Amino acid sequence: MRWLLGKDLTILKRSPLLTGILVLYPVILALMIGFALSSPPGKPKVAIYSGIHAGQANMRLGGAKIDVGSYTHQLLASIQPLPVKSSAAAVAAVRSGHASAAIIVPANLIDQVHQLLSQGVGQPSVRIVLNSRNPLERDLVDSQIQTRIDQVESAVSHQLLKAALTDMNQVVNGGPISFAGASVNLMGLKQARAIVARAAARTHDPGLSRVVSFANLAIGGMSLANPVLGQLQTPLAVQRQELAGASTPTAAYAVAIAAVVSEMFVALLLAAALLAAERSENVFSRLVRGLVSRTEIVAEKTLLAAALSALVTFVLACVISVFVPALSWGRVELWLAAALCAGLAFGALGVVLGALAREVAAASLLAFGVALPMAFIALIPSSAVSGALAGVLDVISFVFPFRAALEAVSNAFSGTSPAIGLPLVHLLVLALIFGGLARLLLRRFAA
Amino acid sequence: MGDSHAAVLSATGLAHRYGDRVAVHDADLSLYPGELVALTGPNGAGKTTLLSLLAGILEPSGGSVAVSGRVGWVPQQPALYAKLTVAENLALFARLENVPDVQKAVDALLHQTGLWDRSDEQVGRLSGGNRQRVNVAIGLLGDPAVLLLDEPSASLDPEQRERLWSFVAGFVEAGTAVLFSTHDMAEAWRPAQRVLSMQDGALSEAER
Repeated sequence: MRWLLGKDLTILKRSPLLTGILVLYPVILALMIGFALSSPPGKPKVAIYSGIHAGQANMRLGGAKIDVGSYTHQLLASIQPLPVKSSAAAVAAVRSGHASAAIIVPANLIDQVHQLLSQGVGQPSVRIVLNSRNPLERDLVDSQIQTRIDQVESAVSHQLLKAALTDMNQVVNGGPISFAGASVNLMGLKQARAIVARAAARTHDPGLSRVVSFANLAIGGMSLANPVLGQLQTPLAVQRQELAGASTPTAAYAVAIAAVVSEMFVALLLAAALLAAERSENVFSRLVRGLVSRTEIVAEKTLLAAALSALVTFVLACVISVFVPALSWGRVELWLAAALCAGLAFGALGVVLGALAREVAAASLLAFGVALPMAFIALIPSSAVSGALAGVLDVISFVFPFRAALEAVSNAFSGTSPAIGLPLVHLLVLALIFGGLARLLLRRFAA
Repeated sequence: MGDSHAAVLSATGLAHRYGDRVAVHDADLSLYPGELVALTGPNGAGKTTLLSLLAGILEPSGGSVAVSGRVGWVPQQPALYAKLTVAENLALFARLENVPDVQKAVDALLHQTGLWDRSDEQVGRLSGGNRQRVNVAIGLLGDPAVLLLDEPSASLDPEQRERLWSFVAGFVEAGTAVLFSTHDMAEAWRPAQRVLSMQDGALSEAER
């Protein structure tokens, strides 16, 4: 078998196009994935129309000044703004495709906010216009704008609460405030209570005692409101929980998909083409008349495809790990184990396809034909299809190596998926089954 | 001629079927050392199937084959790796045949085939005639007692045929039994000492 291995390696070495594709394919794929995962999404071009004039962008709340302009800058941070002169121009920019979306700030936004704060009525609003021609782009832009609006809302509410707390404390404790351009010393409830209490003690006036009781009640109530409002400054704390064995970091999972797809193509194509080539060059009949057994031929093609595809996957993972820190180098031996087991299963399946096709071009075409649906079916989430169909897809994914390979490789990369042992055993069993099937098919291969 | 020697290959009642179709029926055959025998018949008569049974590529449906010594097999289409050189092809098959001294065997065949100066050339770049010489040379690795050639001259021009038969004649003189197939009766009789005829799977001795 080692002579056959050496022969196949020599042939690969003398096939520069094939070898070039084998080397370049994973490197290019790795670089593309690495850049995609490590680069932030681009800023969408968004038409902006603001009806608020520069001088109207500030508003006062109690003793605090809120600069609406500074929050507008935050909103613009994640987009590429395209300033326009009217709301109609903003809509036209979206309609013509010059902008992915438009944000229209009405002229009376500041008045709306004042009305809400002073009377508790109305809802200040801005208008967002989205281009629905490309649903993916629309969702991306929408989520980017919405995220920024949420941040602005949070910042404004924080500022409002801070101002309200300051004012409330001054009502309770007193102190200097600015009023009509002059500084005035506010008495405060506590000081007023002390004065009234002293007067009530001197006069024994029951009416004054009731005022003291009211002051006590008011001070107590406001003291209670303090921590409650303080909590509202940070309205929602998000708690993340990772259940053992349930999730894989998105970046590592994306890399695992890329790695398994490239390994699948390399192993399937290599194994199928190498076996079919033995027949295309008329050598198979010469080999099997006592020189090499059919089992040895199956094993040699499977091992070679597994070793080379695992090498390709390993190189790909090493390159991507430069961009994606989620790939744990501490588990590098598991990367190799997963890549080898996946390569064996894919390689054995490739030998089956080579035995079925019996000719290099047909074998390559068949390998492509099998690889694509195998990957697509394995990647369809069970929740995306009805129960019966999900069952069928699960069975198909179980008898082909893609899903098991993805589980093994994603676990090897990040260590957060279910235990790696089961998918590795699954892959080895599939390799044996496909190897046996290939051996059966080779009985008629020489004819 | 062969009666004075022991047969190096004997087939008795040999038969093979492809489904319902009988390809070879009850064939008896003996080959003797130093004998050059032709197997003739029209296309589809069963010549290649009979040679494949004798070479051990196909399992017979009936009958048996007894061989003393190694059997060399030369298929109709050159069975060579186009990306390997002439010397690499010979060395690979010599190793697979467990030839004791690979380099010596390769060198000897390169000289005998006249391909010494082309030994480092990839087989895919050789002419059809030279490729067929390498194809025959691989069949001769390990000094076989019997050499089976399936239509060896089918794709060769007259000059290349001449060179092929003079090359084969050297091994026949050295004692190798050679059986070759052809559908050209004239070519069969020219080099061969004995001609067998095949028709619809049945084998018989042909008269000159």
